[in-house]
Amino acid sequence: MSLDILEIRRDFPILSRQVHGKPLVYFDNAATTQKPKALIAALSSFYENHNGNIHRGAHTLSDEATTLVENARQKTADFINAPKPETIIFTRNATEAINLVAHSWGRKFLKAGDEIVLTELEHHSNLVPWQILAAEKSLKLRFIPITRVGDLDLFAARELFSEKTKLVSFTAASNVLGTLPPVLEMITLAKQFGAKTLVDASQWTPHFKTDVQKWGCDFLAFSAHKMLGPTGLGVLYGRESLLEEMDPFLGGGDMIETVELETFTPNVLPAKFEAGTPAIAEAAVFPEALNYLSKIGFAEMEAQEKILLHRALEILKNEPEIELYGSDLAEGRGGVISFNLKGLHPHDVGTSLDLEGVAVRSGHHCCQPLMRRLGVGGTARASFYFYNTLEEVEIFGRALRKTIQFFKPRLKAVGVK
Amino acid sequence: MEGDQELKELYQDVLLDYSQSGAHKGKIENPHFHSRGINPVCGDEIEIAMDVKNPSGVIEKIRYSGHGCVISQASAAMMAECLEGKTPERARDLVLAFKDMMLSKTSLDLLPAELEVMKALEGVRKFPLRVKCATLAWNTIQKSFPEEKRS
Repeated sequence: MSLDILEIRRDFPILSRQVHGKPLVYFDNAATTQKPKALIAALSSFYENHNGNIHRGAHTLSDEATTLVENARQKTADFINAPKPETIIFTRNATEAINLVAHSWGRKFLKAGDEIVLTELEHHSNLVPWQILAAEKSLKLRFIPITRVGDLDLFAARELFSEKTKLVSFTAASNVLGTLPPVLEMITLAKQFGAKTLVDASQWTPHFKTDVQKWGCDFLAFSAHKMLGPTGLGVLYGRESLLEEMDPFLGGGDMIETVELETFTPNVLPAKFEAGTPAIAEAAVFPEALNYLSKIGFAEMEAQEKILLHRALEILKNEPEIELYGSDLAEGRGGVISFNLKGLHPHDVGTSLDLEGVAVRSGHHCCQPLMRRLGVGGTARASFYFYNTLEEVEIFGRALRKTIQFFKPRLKAVGVK
Repeated sequence: MEGDQELKELYQDVLLDYSQSGAHKGKIENPHFHSRGINPVCGDEIEIAMDVKNPSGVIEKIRYSGHGCVISQASAAMMAECLEGKTPERARDLVLAFKDMMLSKTSLDLLPAELEVMKALEGVRKFPLRVKCATLAWNTIQKSFPEEKRS
C-alpha cells in the first residue's frame, strides 16, 4: 500500500512554510529530519504536566518523568530488537555514543599494537574518537577502501583483518554517497578474527528496520533527531556483558552507587553511563517519533524514497554539467545523493537552490577524508525522507537548471570538467 | 531569464568577474608575510602572501591561493586590489571596517572610500552562513599584521 504523502505532510507543520517566498523543499534529511506535530505536542505536554528530575526523590513529578524516560528506553530497545532496556544508554547524540565506547571500552581493553578497522566512508564522529584513542594507546587504524562507485571493497577488507584486529567500527549507511555496506557480512568477518563490532547506524535507523540481535553487533549508535525525534538525544546499544565490563564514562550524579570523599562505586546499567541530568523531556517524547515511524512502516517508506531517488538521479544524469558521486542507480542504496555542478563551488549551488526554497546540504558533510578520496573539496547533497514528494524533486530539478543557466554564461569554468 | 533577480542581486557581475580574475592569484617566493586560513564549515583553504616595500613601508604586493566559492574568491581578489599600496596600519583598519560591514555592525555609508568596490558583497549579509566565505581572506590577512599578532 503506498503512502498518502499529502496527508502525512499535514503532520509536519514546518513543511508548509516558505523560504525566500517559495514553498520549502526540505532535502537535508540526512542532517536532521523534521518533527511531527505529535512529538512537538508531547514536548509541550511534558513541560506542562510532568516535568521533574528523574531517579530522584519521592514525589509524583519525579516519578512520572522517570516512568516516561524508562518507558522510552523500553520502546527504543524494542525498536532495534535489543534484548533488554538496560542495554540502551541515552547519550547526547551518536557522536557521544561512539566516544563513550572509545573511552570506556577502548581505553580499558586496547593496548599498544592493537588495530581498529574503519572505512573510508566514515563520518568524523567515527574517525576522530579512534584517532584520539590511537594516539594515546599506540594503536593502528586501518581503513577499508571504497570502490569507484563507493561500495566497500570487501576483497581488500579481508587483507586488513588479523589477530591484531580488536574492533571494527563502520557506518551502516553512508551520509555522503548513500552506500549501504553489507553489515552482516562485515560482522561475520570481524567475528572470525575475534574483533568487536560497532555499527554507526545514524543514517540507517531512520530508514530501515534495525535488529541488533540478527546483526549480532556489539555496539550500535544512532541519533534521535535524524529519525523524527528531538535534538540532544542519542542512543548507544551495547552487548550487556561488555557494558558490564566497561569503565564508566562521565563521572557525576546518577552514575554512582556509593560515593566516599576519595572513591566511588559505579551504578548498575544503564545509569553507570548516564551521569548528570540527561535530556529528560527529549527522551520522554522519543516514543512519539518511534510510533510514527512504525505507523508509516519501513517497507512503505523505502518504496517512497526509491521513487524520489529514481527521478532525482534521472534528472541529475540528464544534465551534462552535473557530476554525480557514488552509484548512479536507485537500487541498493539509501536516499542520499552527492553531486557537484562542474566548475561551481557546492556552497554557491546551495545558496542558489536555497533562493528557490530548496534546502540541500553543501560542504564536506563531516567526511573530509572521503572528500579527498573522491578528489573534491565538497559536494552538494540532496537527502530524502518519506514525507518528500515527486513534485518537490521536480522543483529541485528546475532550481538546478536555473542555477546552471545563471552561472554557465557568467563563469567560464562552469560545465567544464 | 525569468525570476533570477535574487541570484543577480547576490551574485553581481562584478563579483563573478573578480572571482575568475587571475590578477592577484598565485604565490610570492619568500614573502615578507604569509598566512593561511581555513573555513571549517566547508574546509576551504586560502593562503595569502604579502610583500611590503621599503622604505615607504606600503604593501607592495598581495597574492592569494587556494580554492573556494565565488564569494570567497571574489572577496580575496577585491581585498588584494584594495589593500595594495596601503600601509599595514591603514590596511589593518580597512580589514576591521570591512568585517564590521559584513557583520552588519556598521552601515554601508560608513565604509571607507578605499573599500567602495566591496559594496558588491552587500547581498551576502542576508546569508549569515555565507558571511564566513566573504570574510575568510580578510581574517587570514589579518594574521599577517604584526600588531595583530601581539594583541
